[in-house]
Amino acid sequence: MIKNKRFGLIAFLLGLLLAHSAHAAKTLQTEKSLYRNIVVIEEGNRRCMIFESRNDPPPYQSCMDLRNKDKLVFNYTKLILSGLLYNPKPKRILVIGLGGGTLPVALNKMVPEAIIESVEIDPAVVKLARKYFHYEDNNKVSTHIFDGRVYVKRALLKKQQYDWIILDAFNGDYIPEHLMTQEYFAELRGLLSDEGIITSNTFSDSRLYDHESVTYHKVFGDFYNLRRRSTGNRIVLAAKSDELVSMNRIKRHANQLRHKFSKFGVDPQWILKHFRKSKDWNEEARSLSDQYSPANLLK
Amino acid sequence: MLKTLILLLAFCAGFSIMTVELLGGRILAPYFGGSIYVWGSIITVFMLALSIGYLAGGKLSTQSPNTRKYGSLFIFSGLALFPLILFSESIMQWVFLQIEDPRFGSLTGAMLLFFIPTTLMGMIAPYSVRLLIESTENSGQTAGFLYFVSTIGSALGTIMTSFYFVLWFEINTILWVVFAVFMLAGGLATGYYYYDKK
Repeated sequence: MIKNKRFGLIAFLLGLLLAHSAHAAKTLQTEKSLYRNIVVIEEGNRRCMIFESRNDPPPYQSCMDLRNKDKLVFNYTKLILSGLLYNPKPKRILVIGLGGGTLPVALNKMVPEAIIESVEIDPAVVKLARKYFHYEDNNKVSTHIFDGRVYVKRALLKKQQYDWIILDAFNGDYIPEHLMTQEYFAELRGLLSDEGIITSNTFSDSRLYDHESVTYHKVFGDFYNLRRRSTGNRIVLAAKSDELVSMNRIKRHANQLRHKFSKFGVDPQWILKHFRKSKDWNEEARSLSDQYSPANLLK
Repeated sequence: MLKTLILLLAFCAGFSIMTVELLGGRILAPYFGGSIYVWGSIITVFMLALSIGYLAGGKLSTQSPNTRKYGSLFIFSGLALFPLILFSESIMQWVFLQIEDPRFGSLTGAMLLFFIPTTLMGMIAPYSVRLLIESTENSGQTAGFLYFVSTIGSALGTIMTSFYFVLWFEINTILWVVFAVFMLAGGLATGYYYYDKK
């Protein structure tokens, strides 16, 4: 009798556990790297790369829609495509910060003739992107295991030029502070072709917003700011040239890109409505430099 | 009075060593990144320099020790910060051009910038012990207390630099203050020497 009771209890608990895990995430792999623990999970129709952290929810790096692998899941990833609205035909693209490799994979399909270089500091991230997120090198896409600052300095020495630099190296938890200084932005600017642009995925809340905006403005002058208050994300779209491409031209490009983007679940009109040029930050804020870069303390 | 002075100066030295070490990460990052091996390079160089400094400071303390010589250790430590404050960028640019591997690049950079000042700073602790010791009986206790004071200084230097100084000041401002502290400390020790002789 007692035995049965106990069995019943165990069965009940087991049932609870199963019912729970049907909705919960399934962990495909956990990888300890030099920098952090990386987890690949599947929940529902999504497969995601997560950097383990005490924050809840932890910072999701990349997600892939398993029903439609081309579809871009995150809004910030879609907003980075503002770079294509600005210049639909970049020939050389530099992506700093790989995550699941979503962007290089999508860009390789969207702009097949473009040469894409991905830079990622963590070899474990590259390994998992290849294993779970269909990221792969080909004759256009190459991967480089480097610190984002060191790679840029070396590229400057080699006099490389890019039409589009995507800076996507900040997860919500920790900012590599040497990648958010006016000297670094000046180095990035030095790598841009005359028509070149940088799109940086960064933060829109906290004190850091003012400091970072002032720093970008100091190096690039006026820039487009694509801000999403609800998620704390924003994209800074800054150009090498003094004059920014006009909104009219960007609108024209948006119309041309509608068809190309639809396969990826992206509506160019939705991106378009995020473009802002106004300086909505405190212009008195101290700019960030190699001498003064407490980005994580200002967050 | 001598005892208080030496403990105070040893505290300042302990504080400053960690301030400089923590800023080291900041100074190297633009050229070699912020990876674990950059910190590895810095800590290696500091440990190596300190160990040699302890040896040299101990040796120096056997040759008619006095507070004037003690003071000059502080003056030289301060002066040795000059290349770090004034030329660190050109020095690292040079290393960056010579060495591709960021591990050995950061190790070389850290060596060039930090080895000499840290060795000099390392000489201060054993020399302080010598000046403080009155009898062999108490020598262990005296040395223990000196290490207690200077290591508390290091702990405070670490937390103040990483929590607050980097938020308030530029790196070079902090380094100039460290320089001023060493000069002042050197001045105090030298001043005591002449005051005591009178």
